[in-house]
Amino acid sequence: MSGDGIRTLPPLAAYALALGDDALILSQRLAEWAAHAPQIEEDVALANIALDLLGQARILLSYAGEVEGAGRDEDDLAYLRNDRDFRNVQLTEIGNGDFAVTMARQLVFSAYQYELYTALLDSADATIAGLAGKAVKEVAYHRDHATQWVLRLGDGTSLSQARMQAGLDQVWPFVAELFDPDDAVARLPGVAADPATLRPAWERYVAAVLSDATLRTPEPGWRSRGGRAGLHTEHLGHLLAELQHLHRSHPGATW
Amino acid sequence: MNESSNRGWPLWEVFIRARRGLAHQHVGSLHAPDAAMALRNARDVYTRRGEGVSIWVVPSAAITASSPDEKDQFFDPALDKAYRHPTFYDVPEGAKHL
Repeated sequence: MSGDGIRTLPPLAAYALALGDDALILSQRLAEWAAHAPQIEEDVALANIALDLLGQARILLSYAGEVEGAGRDEDDLAYLRNDRDFRNVQLTEIGNGDFAVTMARQLVFSAYQYELYTALLDSADATIAGLAGKAVKEVAYHRDHATQWVLRLGDGTSLSQARMQAGLDQVWPFVAELFDPDDAVARLPGVAADPATLRPAWERYVAAVLSDATLRTPEPGWRSRGGRAGLHTEHLGHLLAELQHLHRSHPGATW
Repeated sequence: MNESSNRGWPLWEVFIRARRGLAHQHVGSLHAPDAAMALRNARDVYTRRGEGVSIWVVPSAAITASSPDEKDQFFDPALDKAYRHPTFYDVPEGAKHL
C-alpha cells in the first residue's frame, strides 16, 4: 500500500480516518507512560486518557471502513496500513519527551479536540455527531487534567517552570498544523468542522492557561505540515512497529 | 503530613457516594500533591466504572483514629445493653438504607 490510498478515499471516510488516526496514535503514545509516570496515580490517569482516545479511534476507524465500503474493519485500518497512509497530525506522533512535554502536548491537543467535538455536536452526520456527544465529555476531562499540571509546573519552582516552558517550546512547532485546511473537510460542508474556525476559541483557552501559569506562548521558527496528506516525522514508523508488530506477525490470532 | 511530604506527595483518604441519598463511604487512599489533584486522581483510580456521583478527599494526616490499645474501654461496654439497639421497632417498607 502506498500514500495514494488516502487520495482515493471518499471524503467522509477520509475525514473519519483523520480524526480516528489522531486518537489512535496519541492513545498509543500515552500508553507508553504506563509504569513510567512520576506516580502510580498518574500512570492510571494517563492510561485512562489513552483508553478514552482508543474508544474514539475504534468508532471512527470502524466508520471510515464502513463508508469506504471495501470491507476493511477497524483492525485492518489500525494494523495493516503503512505510515504514509496514516492521516494523523504530526503533533500526535512525536515522542513523549519528559512529563512536561507530554503535558504541553496534552494541553494543546485536548483543547483542540474540545473545540472540534463541540463543533461536531451539530454535524449533519449522525455517527459523527453521536461520537462528538460522547467524546466531548471525555475530552473536557483530558483538558482539565493537562491544565492542572501546566498550572502547577508553570507556577511552581524555577526548575519546574523552566522545564514546562521547554516542553511548550518543543511542542509548539506542531500547533499550526492542527488548524490547516484539509481537502476532505472542504468537501463535507455541514458534516465536518473547518479547522480554522476552531482556532480563536482554542487560543483564548490556551492563552488563559499559559498566562495563569506564568508561561509564555512560544514563537517557533518553523512549523510542521502535511500529516493529513500522509507526511510524517521519523517518530511514526517506530510507533507503528510497536503498535502493529503482533497483529502482523500472527494474522488473525485471538485469545 | 510533613513527614509524608518529605518522601513525596502526601496521602489522601477517598470517600465516594454511590448514589443520591446514600452516605459517602471510604474506598481507599492515594497520593496527590494537593486537594484539587487528589480529587482528580480519585476520579481516575476509583470511579471509572460508574461507582459514584460524589467524591470527598481528606488528608490522611487530618484523621484522628482510635487506638487498638483502647479497644476494651471504647467498645466493650456497648455489648450488653440491648436496649440501645433499635430492634424493637418495625421498619417501614419504604425505608431502604437504614
